[in-house]
Amino acid sequence: MLPVCPLSSLAPGEALRVEADPPIAVFHTEDGEVFAVDDTCTHQDASLADGWLEGCEIECPLHASRFDLRTGQVDAPPAKKPVRTHRVLVEDGHIFVELSADEPNLPPGVSVAGQAATGGPL
Amino acid sequence: MRTVAVVGASLAGLSSARALRSQGFDGRLVVIGDEAHRPYDRPPLSKEFLAGKVSLPDIALEADDEELEAEWLLGVRAERLDQQGQQVVLGDGRRIRADGVVLATGASARSLPGLSALSGVHVLRTLDDALALRAELESGRRLVVIGAGFIGAEVASTAHQLGLDVTVVEAMPTPLAGPLGTEMGAVVGGLHADHGVRLLCGTGVRRVVGAERAQGVELLDGTLLQADVVLVGVGAQPNVDWLRGSALELADGVQCDSGGRTAVPHVVAVGDCAAWYDGRLGGHHRVEHWTGALDRPKRAVATLLSGDSSGPEPAPAYFWSDQYDVRIQFAGNAQLADSVRIEDGDPDERSFLAVYRRDDDAVAVLAMNQPRLFTRWRRSLAAAPVTAPVTTSATASLTAPVTATR
Ligand SMILES: Cc1cc2nc3c(=O)[nH]c(=O)nc-3n(C[C@H](O)[C@H](O)[C@H](O)COP(=O)(O)OP(=O)(O)OC[C@H]3O[C@@H](n4cnc5c(N)ncnc54)[C@H](O)[C@@H]3O)c2cc1C
Ligand code: FES
Repeated sequence: MLPVCPLSSLAPGEALRVEADPPIAVFHTEDGEVFAVDDTCTHQDASLADGWLEGCEIECPLHASRFDLRTGQVDAPPAKKPVRTHRVLVEDGHIFVELSADEPNLPPGVSVAGQAATGGPL
Repeated sequence: MRTVAVVGASLAGLSSARALRSQGFDGRLVVIGDEAHRPYDRPPLSKEFLAGKVSLPDIALEADDEELEAEWLLGVRAERLDQQGQQVVLGDGRRIRADGVVLATGASARSLPGLSALSGVHVLRTLDDALALRAELESGRRLVVIGAGFIGAEVASTAHQLGLDVTVVEAMPTPLAGPLGTEMGAVVGGLHADHGVRLLCGTGVRRVVGAERAQGVELLDGTLLQADVVLVGVGAQPNVDWLRGSALELADGVQCDSGGRTAVPHVVAVGDCAAWYDGRLGGHHRVEHWTGALDRPKRAVATLLSGDSSGPEPAPAYFWSDQYDVRIQFAGNAQLADSVRIEDGDPDERSFLAVYRRDDDAVAVLAMNQPRLFTRWRRSLAAAPVTAPVTTSATASLTAPVTATR
């Protein structure tokens, strides 16, 4: 469990980038729900925490791919792969994230720290 | 409508095919493209792909499991659209009969007369161009980039990263003055100097010197720049020559209303080849940016399927550019502005947001490394009511093509 912040310090409609490896984006929706996904868009290198939150959808700030925060699924291209979701727990007014054990869908050319980004064959 | 032909198999063509299916068209869908490749993404060609950080499968536009039930005719050119726009004549003599046609033939890199004969001289528009250029970008070589537009600047940045010695030459006194205005053009152009890349402004190019292979670039003031590789980045022209002789109105691109409708019934045009009427500018304007080619096809396909092109004014043009690890984002129309002000951050820190205004109304926004704030401003620009420009200065600037150069 990764402690994030007190719920009261993340206003509804706001997002927070948590430095982890890979980084995580935590969203507090207008409806009061809290979601966590990998912060890096699966299309290219952009931070979803900087995107536009509408309902349970986050729109990427770079090319406007939309992801469903509940499932990670792509609702609008150009992204082709879902973003990994993490389980969120709010306890005693504090947000915790349980990191997913699934493989992240990082964009091509981006990798978790410690691994070299590879271009692969042409 | 039983058959729709989409001409051009890149971002705008693919987005149109997707929109046709998602808007319920279940007839025959033919996509014609003269490149042999499945649709791929162009922006990485001057960035990560040119740097060798991503590969060809990474820049494919289609998802692996995407099924549009379309007939893809690739590697074949559309030569002609007949008068009524109901037949597309292909280079191999085939004729595709269609009840509806989407024109999505994009643009081609402009070159300078007399340059292309020498080896070592490149333009950058296609995957094949990128592969050819990439093969020559060896560390230690000297690259001269002609034109400090976005593509020229991105190639300069990538080549610098790859260890080349890079010089950029620009005929205008300030780079990017067209799309960004002189003040902000100078700020963005300053990124080159941050990294020791030379930027020479205000002098045109006389010729590229060399026998078979380029050896240097001679400027109009007599300066000779040594070069092993030359990139010509002087903008793009719409691919509309094949449409001459049709009943379409052609100027700088296929003239369309603000819903993509052309002068020929059942023919719409999208992406870099199309000049939609822009209510904010009060004239036709060719948007040469990725997001226009992604978004506007939805609207154009709705026009095609319903026959009705009315609707809200499309969102203000948006583009981004990545140079020297700085992310630049821009939305709106700088040419409408009478002032520009830094609202946040500091240009010297390469992290700021600037708002362009006409009187008190925001008409454009530029950001460097400020994606969150930028997203909010971009949204509010899109939400603002559209008013046509009133004074003559904006209309005067429209007499010159207002195409933002990439
Ligand atoms: C190197 C590079 C970097 C870029 N970077 C950015 C960026 O960072 N940000 C941004 O916003 N935009 C960027 N752009 C611009 C963006 O890629 C274009 O706006 C976008 O590709 C336009 O899509 P399109 O489908 O309209 O046209 P195109 O991508 O040009 O595709 C048109 C297709 O039609 C084909 N065609 C042409 N004529 C015919 C014919 N007669 N018959 C059959 N097929 C035909 C062409 O070969 C091509 O495949 C960049 C462009 C380039 C070249
Ligand atoms: S980086 Fe997110 S949509 Fe492209």
